[in-house]
Amino acid sequence: MPITTAFETKIEHISILDQHGNFDEKLGKGLIPDADLVKLYEAMVGCRHLDEVAFRMQRSGRLGTYPQNMGQEATSLGAAYVLRQDDWLVTCYRENCGLFWRGVPKEAILLHWMGDERGNAMPRPHFATPIAVPLGTQMLHAAGLTLAARYRGQDKIACTFFGDGASSEGDFHEACNFASNLEIPVVFVCQNNFWAISTPSKINSAAPTFAQRGIAYGMPCLQVDGNDLFATVYATKLASEYARKNSKPYFIEMVTYRLADHTTADDAKRYRDQAEVDMWKARDPITRIKNYMIARKMWSEAQDVALLERVAQDNADAVARAEGIAAPHRNDFFNSMYSDVPADLARQRDTMHTHSLGQDPSQLPQEAQERAAEMDSQTEAAHGH
Amino acid sequence: MANLNLVQAINLALIQEMEKNDSIVLLGEDIGVNGGVFRVTENLQKRFGGARVFDTPLAESGIIGLSIGMAMGGLHPVPEIQFEGFLGPAYDQIVSHAARMRTRTRGAYTVPMTIRVPVGGGIHAPELHSDSPEAIYAHTPGLKVVMPSSPYDAKGLLVSCLREEDPVIFFEPKRIYRAIREEVPEDEYTLPLGKARVVCEGTDLTIVSWGASVVQCMQAIEQSDRSIELIDLRTIYPFDVDAVAASVAKTGRCVVVHEAPLTCGFGAEIAARIMERCFLQLEAPVQRVAGFDATMPYYKLELDYLPDAKRVSRAIHDCLAY
Repeated sequence: MPITTAFETKIEHISILDQHGNFDEKLGKGLIPDADLVKLYEAMVGCRHLDEVAFRMQRSGRLGTYPQNMGQEATSLGAAYVLRQDDWLVTCYRENCGLFWRGVPKEAILLHWMGDERGNAMPRPHFATPIAVPLGTQMLHAAGLTLAARYRGQDKIACTFFGDGASSEGDFHEACNFASNLEIPVVFVCQNNFWAISTPSKINSAAPTFAQRGIAYGMPCLQVDGNDLFATVYATKLASEYARKNSKPYFIEMVTYRLADHTTADDAKRYRDQAEVDMWKARDPITRIKNYMIARKMWSEAQDVALLERVAQDNADAVARAEGIAAPHRNDFFNSMYSDVPADLARQRDTMHTHSLGQDPSQLPQEAQERAAEMDSQTEAAHGH
Repeated sequence: MANLNLVQAINLALIQEMEKNDSIVLLGEDIGVNGGVFRVTENLQKRFGGARVFDTPLAESGIIGLSIGMAMGGLHPVPEIQFEGFLGPAYDQIVSHAARMRTRTRGAYTVPMTIRVPVGGGIHAPELHSDSPEAIYAHTPGLKVVMPSSPYDAKGLLVSCLREEDPVIFFEPKRIYRAIREEVPEDEYTLPLGKARVVCEGTDLTIVSWGASVVQCMQAIEQSDRSIELIDLRTIYPFDVDAVAASVAKTGRCVVVHEAPLTCGFGAEIAARIMERCFLQLEAPVQRVAGFDATMPYYKLELDYLPDAKRVSRAIHDCLAY
């Protein structure tokens, strides 16, 4: 028998506005109205500036470990711009720009990294999920959220973000397989930023593209220049329309670069060359849009200066809000463990500063009970409650 | 009223709650047309349709991760993990997401979900089909862990789980899936989570147990001429420490019985709590009858590993003779 071809495919790469200012009129014309482009540019500048603010806060002890977004602003922003306001946005931890566009308050993200769980409550009304820390697990939630919406007859899709490193995790493959086989409309976006902390992307995949990972799950796949806002918008548009219409998933690889360290606790100089970083700085997504707008007389350097003043004020306000929130009560971590605090847990909470765990206070001699009550009131006073 | 085994009681609880609450959606491996490998979900897909009872790819982490999303999206998913040995791949989703979601979002997102899992040994099953990991999950804040020991309890407890607002692991002891039949009301009833049951009252010694071991304990009690109180925890977490303490304060002696390995088994927690709460009433150290700190053997030796009435009787004798 002759050998036949069982399956054949190719991966398309899309770039609309390149780093030299070349613009593909055919793909890009009318894609983003000028007024929107200005707003999108302002959002990227605001996000970049908050990165700098957060970095300084970390260095001065006002904020914990923080992962900067620098260089990757156009990926999640392009998606958030295209998606409907009530489509689920299920992200990892380097998608601030998209989340802010969606309406998630900046103080939500700041609070999370300031070690305060209350920041994770704020994405809820914006159909965005809280920051996901365990790598590559949240894509399954995107599938479940969308399945629930479809079950209720809602015309809703999800878009989920993860990195090149996370695409090595088992849950990534399970999420692709579930979404595809159970016909759940999820747009999978792999942000290939070339580095998973110090692990280069070639250790995470030996294949020429990350986009082709979707092929194994029967998904249409596309690779785009992730530093090109026009390309990320174009790809998300294509993918979300496909997902919505067919109730099926779609896979996009957005090729980008993490210009900063992995987090404020990392030192990327240990594992990558400055020449590589400089090469990517020249491909910066923000500069590209700025140059495009100035060339088309949509924007000026004077406007840019004024914008920087505005975003500095906006971010200072967000920091003030985050820092202005009263500290949580010292027993706050007990109270949301369950819908009702179990009796034994309530006992632990109510005696946390006065008794050994498990001890029945009523068994203590009278004198010890009185001492405990005094200690408790002193601790309360010291905490200002 | 019908005379049902544990499998039928669970099936009935699922039917009745699904009829009342269209948020309940069942998913898992082989649960649809096949009705589950133990037939617990038999005919449910036919009755409720493929959108409410569906088969998934063979990936436990995927099943739980998908369920978490469904729960965050307003449903009450009931994922089945085919055997407790296959909870391992789903551990990260259960512990890193399901258990934490409510508290890490301070209540903005919740994960109401009932994970059904056949558990335990004694049915001549293959490797990794006979373990008892309940203590691992009881050690995870944010979860509730339930294990019934009878058809009546299974129905009442499962109905409560299906109305819970938090993630629950509902362990179904496969050794007694079909071993016991009893009258199970068709009418609605619930048994509260976190409340133990006094199976039989006594004054000389307290036995605390749960799941299939309760049956072994009953056999030992029937063979004893002493007055023994048996407490079936029903819920491992939240743990009904008050019920245990009240009983041991009365009897002064306690034997804890479970299939899981001794070290860090839930019996260790019970013994510590009894020491804290009943120190002055104790007449003897708490005795434990448990699986050994060895890997659950293949089935030729499983009855040598699992607690049986003989080992329980010996512990009763030792504890009373102390």
